[in-house]
Amino acid sequence: MFEAILLTVMTAATPLVIAAMGELVAERSGVLNLGVEGMMIMGAVCAFATAHMTGSPYLGVLAGIGGGALFSLLFGFLTLTLVTNQVATGLALTILGLGVSGQLGESFVGLAGTKLQPITIPVLSDIPFIGRVLFAQDLIFYLSIALIIGVNWFLFKSRTGLKMRAIGDNHGSAHALGINVVRTRYLAVLFGGACAGLAGAQLSLVYTPQWVENMSAGRGWIALALVVFASWRPWRILAGGYLFGAVTIGQLHAQAFGVGIPSQFLSALPYAATIVVLVIISHNRRTTLINTPASLGKPFVPDR
Amino acid sequence: MRIELERRARASTAFAAISPLLALVLTLFFGGLMFWLMGKDPVATLHTFFIEPLFDVWSLHELVIKAAPLILIAVGLAICFRSNNWNIGAEGQFTMGAITGSILPVLMPEWHSPLLLPAMLIMGILGGALYAGVPALLKTRFNTNEILTSLMLVYIAQLFLDWLVRGPWRDPQGYNFPKTISFAPEAILPELLDSGRAHWAAVFAIVAAVALWFMMRFMLKGFEVSVLGQAERAGRFAGFSSKKMVWFALMLSGGLAGLAGISEVSGSIGHLQPSISPGYGFTAIIVAFLGRLNPIGIIASGLVLALTYLGGEAAQLSIGISDKVSRVFQGLLLFFVLSCDTLILYRIRLVFSGNKTEAGA
Amino acid sequence: MVSSQDQGEPSLLSVRGLTKLFGTFAACDGIDLDIAPGEIHALLGENGAGKSTLVKMLFGVLQPTAGQILWQGQPVSIASPGQARSLGIGMVFQHFSLFEALTVGENIALSLDPKISLSRISDEAASLSKTYGLPLDPKMHVADLSVGERQRIEIVRALLQNPKLIILDEPTSVLTPQEADRLFETLFKLKAEGRSVLYISHRLDEVQRICDRATVLRHGKVTGVCDPRQETPASLARMMVGSDVAAVHREDLGTPGEVLLDVRSISFAPRTPFAVSLKNVSLNVRAGEVLAIAGVAGNGQGELFDVLSGEYPVADHDAIKIRGTSVGHTRINGRRLLGAGFVPEERHGHAAVAQMPLSDNLLLARAHSDRKAFLSGGFAKVIRHGAVRNAAARICQAMDVRKSGDDPAAGSLSGGNLQKFIVGRELDRQPAVLIVNQPTWGVDAGAASRIRQALIDLAKSGSAVVVISQDLDEIFEVATSIAVISEGKLSDAYPAGTLSLERIGLLMGGIHDSTQNTSHEASKAGEAAHAH
Repeated sequence: MFEAILLTVMTAATPLVIAAMGELVAERSGVLNLGVEGMMIMGAVCAFATAHMTGSPYLGVLAGIGGGALFSLLFGFLTLTLVTNQVATGLALTILGLGVSGQLGESFVGLAGTKLQPITIPVLSDIPFIGRVLFAQDLIFYLSIALIIGVNWFLFKSRTGLKMRAIGDNHGSAHALGINVVRTRYLAVLFGGACAGLAGAQLSLVYTPQWVENMSAGRGWIALALVVFASWRPWRILAGGYLFGAVTIGQLHAQAFGVGIPSQFLSALPYAATIVVLVIISHNRRTTLINTPASLGKPFVPDR
Repeated sequence: MRIELERRARASTAFAAISPLLALVLTLFFGGLMFWLMGKDPVATLHTFFIEPLFDVWSLHELVIKAAPLILIAVGLAICFRSNNWNIGAEGQFTMGAITGSILPVLMPEWHSPLLLPAMLIMGILGGALYAGVPALLKTRFNTNEILTSLMLVYIAQLFLDWLVRGPWRDPQGYNFPKTISFAPEAILPELLDSGRAHWAAVFAIVAAVALWFMMRFMLKGFEVSVLGQAERAGRFAGFSSKKMVWFALMLSGGLAGLAGISEVSGSIGHLQPSISPGYGFTAIIVAFLGRLNPIGIIASGLVLALTYLGGEAAQLSIGISDKVSRVFQGLLLFFVLSCDTLILYRIRLVFSGNKTEAGA
Repeated sequence: MVSSQDQGEPSLLSVRGLTKLFGTFAACDGIDLDIAPGEIHALLGENGAGKSTLVKMLFGVLQPTAGQILWQGQPVSIASPGQARSLGIGMVFQHFSLFEALTVGENIALSLDPKISLSRISDEAASLSKTYGLPLDPKMHVADLSVGERQRIEIVRALLQNPKLIILDEPTSVLTPQEADRLFETLFKLKAEGRSVLYISHRLDEVQRICDRATVLRHGKVTGVCDPRQETPASLARMMVGSDVAAVHREDLGTPGEVLLDVRSISFAPRTPFAVSLKNVSLNVRAGEVLAIAGVAGNGQGELFDVLSGEYPVADHDAIKIRGTSVGHTRINGRRLLGAGFVPEERHGHAAVAQMPLSDNLLLARAHSDRKAFLSGGFAKVIRHGAVRNAAARICQAMDVRKSGDDPAAGSLSGGNLQKFIVGRELDRQPAVLIVNQPTWGVDAGAASRIRQALIDLAKSGSAVVVISQDLDEIFEVATSIAVISEGKLSDAYPAGTLSLERIGLLMGGIHDSTQNTSHEASKAGEAAHAH
């Protein structure tokens, strides 16, 4: 029983962790992309459609990543090349993503999906409890863990990661040192888009293997909140993501058991929890100021 | 090849005027392209979408009905965005305004009085304003990002409405449909003309737009909004309080969204139900930007966006394409508006790599 | 005048006809420059002369519009800072290109070959900083360092690449006189090793002291090449400014009147992680007095201004008195009503909104204090745009603000002209108390002397003036009494005539002695400052 619940929590947490990871990288480079919801839903529809048409969920995963990344390029072009307002452009991306995905996915509504099957790792999966929880999961779960380790290494150990953090801290100085601010930010935005797309693919291939309009249901926004919650540190995303996964699954189980609380109130719980968590994290203005990348959301036009 | 921006010595007034129109043209072009890819005749489809509704009295009324809430919400958002407060939860404030405004007609159906309607409107405004006060409180007191909190509150408001109309407020004689009782005639916002359904919300929208235009153009309060939006520190130097501005901007936009909500329920629907808005609160963000955050411009852009809703319905009926197309149009439009606005402050230049002499020309 | 070409020794770096246009404005216009190996070469010029633009082109940050750069006789095009570094050019920026959130080691690593490991960089940086007497801890976060320490990072960062030419942009503007002396020692060491230094400054005494040759710029053009030791300060200044700048007149201001501004032991905790706390600050200024507050940037000047202006009120209502009225809790507009005026340091985004026209920027400071003139409509507070515009025009005329158009955006004015407007905006209402933070920072010499004269004239007419400034020349020009701020602590105020440059330097370094100081104590204090 506990194991089953834990597994569902992990499934609910994985898309949040992945999308937040992508946004963390973008924000570390100083770009605030509020279009996570839009990129995620694009990833979901691309993944579902591809998997449905080819029969291969793995091609679906690739399509999800590609869809999210391509879509983020639109955001990158506007905010980085045309230097538009990042907040407004992110909102536009979300609105457009919800619209386009609805349009693209129209013919797939109600069709049976292709579920991404777990990959059981021999030997390790035989370990009691831990084996089944950690080593008999689907590809996207493994990717989510690899992402955390990879991003953490990239940001704090690699030289490119150092450059990215430098840009996020002070893009003017980075430019003066000869770091290519715009190119690095494009890469960060693309990575964010790819991650959001992968998270979307998880929704339509693993979490609920079907296409439902607006199926991301605010997860992109929760991922954005997670980045703040994590104070822009990769490992804390894992903790935050699983906390939210637990809240989501907890309220679903509570609904199923009929605890006497109206189901709508329980459904509202993840959103309310997001607000509460944000309040707790950000109430200390000092630490928030220290943690937030200093050039986050600020436009950059190099003088030549 | 790459694109370079060169800052203009001063903002181009020509492009400030042209940019929304340019965005419209680009949107139509890409919209046409999309229809063509879908195998439809682009010209005919665009005609059905954007021209036909304008030649029919019924749809002109519908246009006004849809434009009114968009304009009401968008003028409030424009003030909010200009003051650098990012309320994107107008949809939630709209819903809350509809709920609080409906308290009287739902819970006191026996009260027939000419005061009923004004009381409902005021309660709607208060409901929306107070709901927007939540992110304001969290931002001023706990330094919490208003973008995320106001958005989360949208989901919460919608679930709350869902619970009300399925639970305590459900019409006992409603055959188990999730809706409240129908409002008494005194609780219905009157129609403006005999020729159709357009009601008083349109007047509220025009009044709000003109009043806020006057405020921004001539009053010290409008100046305060602009200063705090552009340079918070300069605002403090002028003795303006950015915290009070957070409250003012959010509660103003929330109040107007609440007014739009109760007007929609009272004027167009006549009862509460789980879904009362086709996303007006989000579309209004586009309206605000297309109107260049200017209340008078927003009247025009509100009509344009209302047309995309109407065109979507028309196209679904006559050509058989999904009304989701209107969402795509709206998203495209916002993208092009934002891109075209770059031209106001910058000159855009294409630089072909390897061509050194071009640099600095 | 054309640059002299030394026949004997080939130049390390030569520049021929270098031009940079921004739109139609020529920031650099046909510049020639020769730097010999092993010389300290000064690039002199006042603010806006094109010095920074020139060195940015030499370092590959900006691309020239026309002209040629020769490195050891070979024509080169420097497309990026990376390329400049690989040629052997190192750069120490005026506004440091450092990253507050990163450590010293990470900051250094960013400008080096990515193949070198972080730990090796830290080791090399440590040994290098020892050799040149520039102590640094690679693990510290930059945010926690003083301005002087930050400059050391920049220097070490440049030295690690073993450059043949090091460019320093206004390096002493952020240092105490003692810190500057130590910097000069480092520069002499570099010179002895055969490296060249391009030293950018507008301070004549320094240039005369350490530089072998000087190239003088004005309005983007070279106006002279000389040996600064053969010149007089006056002749150098003429090359820099073009004509003799009107000297500031300060006759005896007479005996000071009543106390108009009285501050008693304010302490103020830092608001942001990067701010300084004020510790027990007291001062008072009488009518007819100009109190100058000297200090190195980042020692609490901004915080002191915030507290005096009322942008951030203090807890004790009686701690600040303007004309005898307690104002500790009173906000900025309340203090303005009592006759106080304020000029913040940062022009863009604090004193003025760049995108708004001058008339709106006038309203910014005076909507409340002059509401009878500028507002109507009672509760609605309708702005009388006509009246505001007239007042703005009046101020522009009084202060000789050069602008294009009738009511241009503040951002379109040059620094000096905007500053004249911002100061004029306050002078226009004859404030009884005027508090000015860095009045001539980044302002051309003509505007600076006009602003200084205006401050003195205001004091002469019976107002109390507080000038917070980093510029010691300015302080000696305008002050009747001088106090020094260091790490949020304010020294006693001394009559201007009694304070030597050295003594101010010690106070800037944090050596406080409100008791009598003997020469013995002073020398001990000097050693302490050195050890610090």
